[in-house]
Amino acid sequence: MDFVLPLLILAIPLGMFLFLGLLGMKMSPKLAGVLGTLGLGTVLVLAYITAFTYYFSGDPAFINAEGVRQQLIVFNVDWLAFTQNLVIRLGFLLDPISAMMLIVITTVSFMVHLYSLGYMHGEKGFQRYYAFLSLFSFSMLGLVVATNIFQMYIFWELVGASSYLLIGFYYTKPSAVSASKKAFIVTRFADLGFLIGILILSFYTDTFNFIDMTSNPGGVLASTGGATFMGASVLTWALVLIFIGGMGKSAMMPLHIWLPDAMEGPTPVSALIHAATMVVAGVYLVARMFPVYLVEPHALEFVLIVGAITALYAAAVACTQVDIKRVLAFSTISQIAFMMVALGVARPDIHEALGYMASMFHLFTHAMFKALLFMCAGALIHAVHSNDFTAMGGLRKYMPITHITFLVGCLAISGIPPFSGFFSKDEILVAVYEYSTFWGIWMTLVAGVTAFYMFRIYYRIFWWNEPHYHHRPHDCDWTMSFPLIFLAAVSIVAGFIPFGKFVTWQGHEYIIHMNWGIAGISVAVACIGIFFAWHVYRKESDLPDKMADSVHWLWEAAYHRFYWDELYLFVTHKIIFNGICRPIAWFDRHVVDGTMNGMAYVTQKASYAIRGLQSGKVQMYVWIYLIGVMLLGAITAICWM
Amino acid sequence: MFSNILIYFVVIPLVMLAGLALCRNIQQIRAVAVTGSLALTGLSIWLLCDYLHLRALGAEAPMLYTGSWSWFGPLNINLSVGVDGISIAMLILSSIILLTGSFASWKIEPHTKDFFLWLILLSTGVFGFFISIDLFTMFMFYEVALIPMYLLIGVWGSGNKTYSAMKLTLMLMGGSAFLMLGLIGLYYHSAPAGEPLTWDLLEIAKYSDNIDLHWQYLLFCLTFVGFGVLGAMFPFHTWSPDGHASAPTAVSMLHAGVLMKLGGYGCFRVAIYLMPQAANDLAWIFLILTGISVVYGAFSACVQTDLKYINAYSSVSHCGLVLFAILMLNTTAMTGAIMQMLSHGLMTALFFALIGMIYGRTHTRDIREMGGLMQIMPYLAVCYVIAGMASLGLPGLSGFVAEMTIFVGSFEHADFFHRFFTILACCSIVITAVYILRVVGKLLFGPVYDEHHLQLTDATWWERTSTATLIICVAAIGCFPNFFADLIKFTFSPQIFAVIGMN
Amino acid sequence: MNTVIWYIIPALIMFCCGVYGFITRKNMIAMLISLELMLNAVDINFVVFNRYLFPEQMEGMFFTLFAIAIAAAETALAIAIIINVYRSVKNVDVSGLTKMKF
Repeated sequence: MDFVLPLLILAIPLGMFLFLGLLGMKMSPKLAGVLGTLGLGTVLVLAYITAFTYYFSGDPAFINAEGVRQQLIVFNVDWLAFTQNLVIRLGFLLDPISAMMLIVITTVSFMVHLYSLGYMHGEKGFQRYYAFLSLFSFSMLGLVVATNIFQMYIFWELVGASSYLLIGFYYTKPSAVSASKKAFIVTRFADLGFLIGILILSFYTDTFNFIDMTSNPGGVLASTGGATFMGASVLTWALVLIFIGGMGKSAMMPLHIWLPDAMEGPTPVSALIHAATMVVAGVYLVARMFPVYLVEPHALEFVLIVGAITALYAAAVACTQVDIKRVLAFSTISQIAFMMVALGVARPDIHEALGYMASMFHLFTHAMFKALLFMCAGALIHAVHSNDFTAMGGLRKYMPITHITFLVGCLAISGIPPFSGFFSKDEILVAVYEYSTFWGIWMTLVAGVTAFYMFRIYYRIFWWNEPHYHHRPHDCDWTMSFPLIFLAAVSIVAGFIPFGKFVTWQGHEYIIHMNWGIAGISVAVACIGIFFAWHVYRKESDLPDKMADSVHWLWEAAYHRFYWDELYLFVTHKIIFNGICRPIAWFDRHVVDGTMNGMAYVTQKASYAIRGLQSGKVQMYVWIYLIGVMLLGAITAICWM
Repeated sequence: MFSNILIYFVVIPLVMLAGLALCRNIQQIRAVAVTGSLALTGLSIWLLCDYLHLRALGAEAPMLYTGSWSWFGPLNINLSVGVDGISIAMLILSSIILLTGSFASWKIEPHTKDFFLWLILLSTGVFGFFISIDLFTMFMFYEVALIPMYLLIGVWGSGNKTYSAMKLTLMLMGGSAFLMLGLIGLYYHSAPAGEPLTWDLLEIAKYSDNIDLHWQYLLFCLTFVGFGVLGAMFPFHTWSPDGHASAPTAVSMLHAGVLMKLGGYGCFRVAIYLMPQAANDLAWIFLILTGISVVYGAFSACVQTDLKYINAYSSVSHCGLVLFAILMLNTTAMTGAIMQMLSHGLMTALFFALIGMIYGRTHTRDIREMGGLMQIMPYLAVCYVIAGMASLGLPGLSGFVAEMTIFVGSFEHADFFHRFFTILACCSIVITAVYILRVVGKLLFGPVYDEHHLQLTDATWWERTSTATLIICVAAIGCFPNFFADLIKFTFSPQIFAVIGMN
Repeated sequence: MNTVIWYIIPALIMFCCGVYGFITRKNMIAMLISLELMLNAVDINFVVFNRYLFPEQMEGMFFTLFAIAIAAAETALAIAIIINVYRSVKNVDVSGLTKMKF
């Protein structure tokens, strides 16, 4: 494949970032926005061409004679050579998952660019906003096409930074500032794990390249030479540490605390970064390294357990929140956890690692319907100027487009056929049931809760009783409505894509069979959830309060997100800040510096003490001289004798 | 003598001094300072190109452009010069920081002329240090670089300046005392009995394997501690916070940007290069100390409220990483160390320049008394964010490549001790993020804290020149690291192979 | 040879008186006088030893002459200083003159 197209996919957003970042202030906001959107539109077209060429052209470079999709490095440039073999290269890896991600990222990003033209209209710093969006698109594209793990780490950091900049877009708001700070630091902490994981892995394998590692995972295991540390093999450690990096970005418990706060950013940013693209980077990372994870099943067990617990936790919390963006944030956490679980249960002997395919499928559909839901939330916030659903109700009459598209999103995420979420979630549940019935039931339960909380906010926003609106809420203009309609359409039909044809873990084609038993159960559970939500939230009543009172403690705990934030505040402020930083600063000032000052003090005092000897009194000097002479004389005399 | 290009790194500052002495008004002073530092920058960049050209033609000697002129025959003291890739990198760094420092002190008051005289004298010492390969000359230039600091801080400083100036000078002089003992000791062990002694680095390096091991241990400790004091090694770092806090902008820039690098450079060029066996045996002691520096500086920075203190502690942490990497004694980590010197020099100079500019406007450096500067001085605020991002290691800026090279290099040691300290040092990237974002959040974002600040203006053209130059350099290293890595790595491979041969 | 002793003993007494005076007296003039006593004692010794050890040479004599001349100059200088000190502090007591110390 020619390298020009892939290179442009990366170069255009970067160039756009530099252009808008440096010259944005000189141009009108409108021009900057349109330029940014056009730039990303170009990237969208190029990415589609690249991805479709990869999937459909049948070129032997992409798919060999046995119908196995190939991994192809389009270009790879040395960026920094540490040693002979450990070289960071910046390149472009084209394989089933990266091509799929190209489509996801450019689609959602383009929709967000378009949507923001309306949503962010008149905001101060409009040009800056588009510059940051371009930076983010560049970083995310660079991340998914990474040819080696260090390139991924580089772009991993860059997406973190652009996420920081975008969450803190309203930088005069203290809450936005602290949210952006929290997001960066929590993910940074996770990245430390990622970095150490990379260091361990590269130390043993002497390579950063994904293809070298994944094409010969047995070699990776062999290269560690059976080394162990604290009871676990070194490879397990490395993979778990790398996964910790993924946990940070993908907001898995206990590193999830930044994502709900990140909703302080503009809503389109939440749709792009914190729902569709950046937060799935952790899933993508595990998928990328999947063959290596397979040789060390303990690490996959870890992925499974973290995912399963997070899924239930986030779903439980989502049931109690009143801020619609937070509900969506927790729902995102829960859905990403689904993908993690799917990867955690994927084994080659279970339907050729169905979980892997299911996870990628869910990533794809989730990106579409979650971006849709966030954009709908943005439209609602735009209309009623509040994030809380307590300020909403009965909106279906005023905002029909938003209503229908939101409903589509809710049906998709709840897994109701024939919407896309049904297909992808069903694959995941099949994979989980095949692996273990316990986790299967667990995840089915979570799916049911998902349906409940989504329809809870749906009914609460669009039905319920109408509060008094100062302005009559209405649908938005086409720049904002078009993305909603487009994504809703995608969410309806995406489930029919024969995903197994395109993305499987080794590139073989996999024919998806519906398992109607499991599908039936999950749909039934989802319907129960929806019915329950309908019953409680259809119209104004005291049922919600009664329901909350009946499980008072649980409700309160879930409302406070099971006190994770408080725990973190305690650890960071009380222990790290007051328990480590302050004592160290005190120690530095008073002990280390005190020693230095003490030496100066002693010197000074000593000189004061002996300066009396230098009296300036000649008579005293003569006395001392005489005494000295006499002593010398005496000594000489004694020695002489 | 004047046919050797390196001499001009000392001659130009001397000419500048003479020129400054003749200046009548501030315009002339600025003209001399800027022209001179531009000439130095041009010279160093030309040197870089010519050096790469010579290497490409196959020059194999460890040092190029060597020259030696007798200075004091009876003690074999020569003025010997020569450079390799590392010295060239340091020369470029110094000249850029001198240039930007001149721009940053555009409006320095009072006694502008004297200020520049001392500043240029200081840089004479710095340039002289980097080009010399004669231990005595090196030491002399080192002292020349230290002494003007006292006056520059004592006269043009702020806050508790006499105390800080005294403390800085005395501690550094204390370090010099160790260093001088070490260098003299080296001189007396520089040749087999009966042969003429020498101060020449290259000569001593050839003989270094034969130095008695007990002497090596002693001399290694003396020289490493001597240079380590300047490199802000724990527990000899306390001059740094006070000194930097009191120093005027350009001096902070030069001091943190270049002078602290003298420490790291000296540790590498003298302590480790000349006594590899001792370095190999005793590295663990200093690894512990520098490992502590890295984390300790970062933690201390988290609770400071004065902008300059935050940066000074962050310098302790970053310079600790330089020494830490040097002590790892392998090519990758040492390449990282030199890159970290470059990177830290540039970004900390940028930080101090920005702090000086902010302080010049708000007249306070206490982050509790400022807020929302992004709305008032967007240019400076954006620069500050970029500097912060460089400091916390954002890819694309210089900090990332340096730190990653260090960590990958350090990880080549497979034993538990090295692993432990490497991971400890890795932790600093998180703590760095904490204190950088804390400052950025409090200082630049949020609502405007003080109504009076609303009248303040954004950067002037000379401030923009200064900061933009530094940002471009930071980004250049961050975007094209392989160029710098190759420059450094190629030049010191032979020496390092000697060290690794010991292991 | 024994006669030398009759010259040296008075010189020794003079010298000791000078030392004693120099140490004990607080008045600068008195100290100056004591100093002169010591010098003269040394001068006597020079002359005596010159006469008895090397009768045919004159170095000791000349040395004495030089010493006398220098002593005169030194006395003049000292008197000048003392007068100036007296003018400014109305006192020539050495124990009181600590203004320029430290």
